[in-house]
Amino acid sequence: MQLNFPIFPEQASSMAGQVDALYLFLVLITTFFSLLIAILILYFAIKYRRTPGRQAEQIHGSTLLEIVWTVIPLGISMVIFVWGAVIYYHMERPPANPLEIYGVGKQWMWKFQHPGGQREINTLHVPTGRDVKVTLISQDVIHSFFVPAFRVKQDVLPNRYVFTWFKATQPGTYHLFCSQYCGTKHSGMVGQVVVMTPEDYASWLASGKAEGSLASLGEKAFQQYGCTTCHRPDSGARGPNLEGVYGRPIRLTDNRVVLADDNYIRESILEPNAKVVSGFQSIMPTFRGVVSEDEIIAITEYIKHLSPQQANPLNNRSTPTEIRDSEVPNIQQQNKQQNQQQPAQQTPQGKRPANPSGKKP
Amino acid sequence: MSTATAIVKPVMPERHFLNDNYGIRSWLLTKDHKRIAILYLFSITFFFLIGGVFASLIRLHLLTPNGELFEADTYNKLFTMHGVNMVFFFLIPSVPAVLGNFLVPIMVGTKDLAFPKINLLSWYLYMAGGTFSMAAMVSGGVDSGWTFYAPLSSGYLKTHVIMLAVGVIIAGFSSIFTGLNFIVTVHRMRAPGMTWGRLPLFVWSNYAASLIMILGTPVIAITLILLALERGFHIGIFDPKLGGDPVLFQHMFWFYSHPAVYIMILPGMGVISEIVPCFSRKRVFGYSFVAFSSVAIAVFGFVVWAHHMFVAGISVYSALVFSLLSYAVAIPSAVKVFNWTATMYKGSIEMSTPMLYAMAFIGLFTIGGLTGLFLAALGLDIHIHDTYFVIAHFHYVMVGGMVTAYLGGLHFWWPKITGRMYPEAPAKLAALITFIGFNLTFFPQFILGYMGMPRRYWAYPPEFQVLNVLSSAGASVLAVGFLLPLLYFAWSLKYGEVAGNNPWQATGLEWETSSPPPTHNFHEIPIVTKDPYAYGEDAEVTVVH
Ligand SMILES: [Cu+2]
Ligand SMILES: [Cu+2]
Repeated sequence: MQLNFPIFPEQASSMAGQVDALYLFLVLITTFFSLLIAILILYFAIKYRRTPGRQAEQIHGSTLLEIVWTVIPLGISMVIFVWGAVIYYHMERPPANPLEIYGVGKQWMWKFQHPGGQREINTLHVPTGRDVKVTLISQDVIHSFFVPAFRVKQDVLPNRYVFTWFKATQPGTYHLFCSQYCGTKHSGMVGQVVVMTPEDYASWLASGKAEGSLASLGEKAFQQYGCTTCHRPDSGARGPNLEGVYGRPIRLTDNRVVLADDNYIRESILEPNAKVVSGFQSIMPTFRGVVSEDEIIAITEYIKHLSPQQANPLNNRSTPTEIRDSEVPNIQQQNKQQNQQQPAQQTPQGKRPANPSGKKP
Repeated sequence: MSTATAIVKPVMPERHFLNDNYGIRSWLLTKDHKRIAILYLFSITFFFLIGGVFASLIRLHLLTPNGELFEADTYNKLFTMHGVNMVFFFLIPSVPAVLGNFLVPIMVGTKDLAFPKINLLSWYLYMAGGTFSMAAMVSGGVDSGWTFYAPLSSGYLKTHVIMLAVGVIIAGFSSIFTGLNFIVTVHRMRAPGMTWGRLPLFVWSNYAASLIMILGTPVIAITLILLALERGFHIGIFDPKLGGDPVLFQHMFWFYSHPAVYIMILPGMGVISEIVPCFSRKRVFGYSFVAFSSVAIAVFGFVVWAHHMFVAGISVYSALVFSLLSYAVAIPSAVKVFNWTATMYKGSIEMSTPMLYAMAFIGLFTIGGLTGLFLAALGLDIHIHDTYFVIAHFHYVMVGGMVTAYLGGLHFWWPKITGRMYPEAPAKLAALITFIGFNLTFFPQFILGYMGMPRRYWAYPPEFQVLNVLSSAGASVLAVGFLLPLLYFAWSLKYGEVAGNNPWQATGLEWETSSPPPTHNFHEIPIVTKDPYAYGEDAEVTVVH
């Protein structure tokens, strides 16, 4: 048993100090009011203890006091609310131009993919001094990405990308926990975040055995699954041209407008008919059960690189309503396509899932 | 009081609800709210002990960091069954179904609850629910956590999730029936002169809790039925693989389970509002503020559920709104604490056992409530969500608050229920042991949580061991504190001093009838002419001291 135990986790990110400051403020408030109440109760209990002949003094109440002890806690609460909200808002805004890392959670491990194609399991290497955005998805149940030293936590959902970001400040090795109960080995779904100086990080990247960048892995998968058959830049293509699509608003057949972000691309691969681009037919087969989450991430990365000017995606949580109609390009409509094709011909038949809705493994 | 008893030694009434009828049938088919309360008393004590055994095993396991005592699956079943037993089969029914059942009709001055048969049915439903949950337990256990999060529970676990869910659903109906009975009784059956402004605060708080029971409980039933449909028939509701949405489950679950926190704590607050004026010999400070704060808590409690979901992938804007509203629900609780404290000011305070529990409640609930502010603060919650900080916070509210209030209330009304006094010295000792054991168990968990130890961990990094050992040591002290009352309560049934109608010289209709009360509570329906807690007005009568 280690007998000298700390009562604070290490501060290893730009956010840690801010969170700790609010924590200490709350510890102060809690200590003050708890002591106030405890001392009053004990003082009254002793001072006004029942002695023979003692009569209580009847007091019905005081509206003034009631107002005082409603307004003061309300005021303090609002300070805490605003303080907490400011930190949170900062945490939830994606940084501009971050180092983008992808993470996949599954029972019971974490897999990470770096843009250079390096892959890691249960360990994540990051440099100091750089905003790191981790885009996360789960292959099965809900997990949660928790790095106490960074004061960062994000539930990792199946079927939807979420992200978290941090800027590490202290080189070192820190705990990575899954903090959402996920079954038998929930407490074994742990790992470490290794924070390195930028120089060490660069040499770590160089030493890693990558089979090529994430985008090039994506390109391989893109060809392997026959995506190129339809998604081509020429005018005879049966699917929308994907060049320059990433991060842009897209008009759908039902005239809705959505943002072509990671979630939209993933949905279009797994559920192609959910949001069909205006001017195209619902002919694409689902790739659910065929393509893995890792491959979807790589393909998305490839599609990003197809963009002529690599647009920065809006916040993952942006809703289509935030996009004005005038911003929607009309290119897709020009590629009007009438002739229908049997989709099965494009996909290797053997690889199609028997049950497209997917069953648990 | 010893002087008072020296003047007229009270005797047990000849006939009362306990000896009015004998035999197992007279209990199992009773429609007397007081007997049903006693049925509940035995059953919830049973589930509390089972839940307590699970808690002890959890704390024993966590003495070492590497998970040496139990298998991971076994550990997961232990915390699941601990949570389910304590939340659904102990905390929710504890004060309302035992003390509320016994006292609400007497306090409003009537013979029974509005629907005595439904009251009995509610106990049978509770037992049926308990039977399902026990069956799930003995046939292999369930490892879903008491929160049943989908899609884990609907698509991945191999244990008896549906059986346990059915148990919880059935038990839910029992609390709906109790709530319905209380609401109708309070509205329709008050004695002449018992205006709303004269209702004891215990009745007000049970009334507020009843509103939540009937409005909230159907939602948990629906949620668990949907979960069972998905699990049993692969109807996609929550699991994305079947086209569902897992965050929807959390919205539905917490829409009930946050207000359920107030089903648990409000009746406990009602107990405190009775004990503090009695042992301070004072009117409660700010009666109407205490009464309306209960209703305010019940109403606000319904609009804060997503504060359990700040890291679950909800939008920034809804997180902001739910954080703000969560602070709104904190205010009425603060108002209550200040009013109880002010009630003691210039009182004539007797530190008997119920008062000790009440003082412990005020202190521990204050800490429990204030640490809730940490969790409602968005930027801070991100770090402490799903860690031991949360565990410590809700045990301060649920054990430090609710269980303490329940024990205080049980001691306070024990002479009314049984006609005999419990022994004061061992009771004070038990209260002290409970207080020390409780703080030793749960205070270290705040620090553990901020250090980052996630909840529901079967094994943990070695630097967390010291705090875990402290917590486990505290749990063994706490266990002694909880077991002692079982012994001396049982002892008192035979050897306890005869209490008389009103051993505490308290106000309130329940103290005007005999102890134990007759089957129909009063020989004639009382006419109420005084405010509750009219402690100063009959000062000359209490001069016997
Ligand atoms: Cu996990
Ligand atoms: Cu809550």
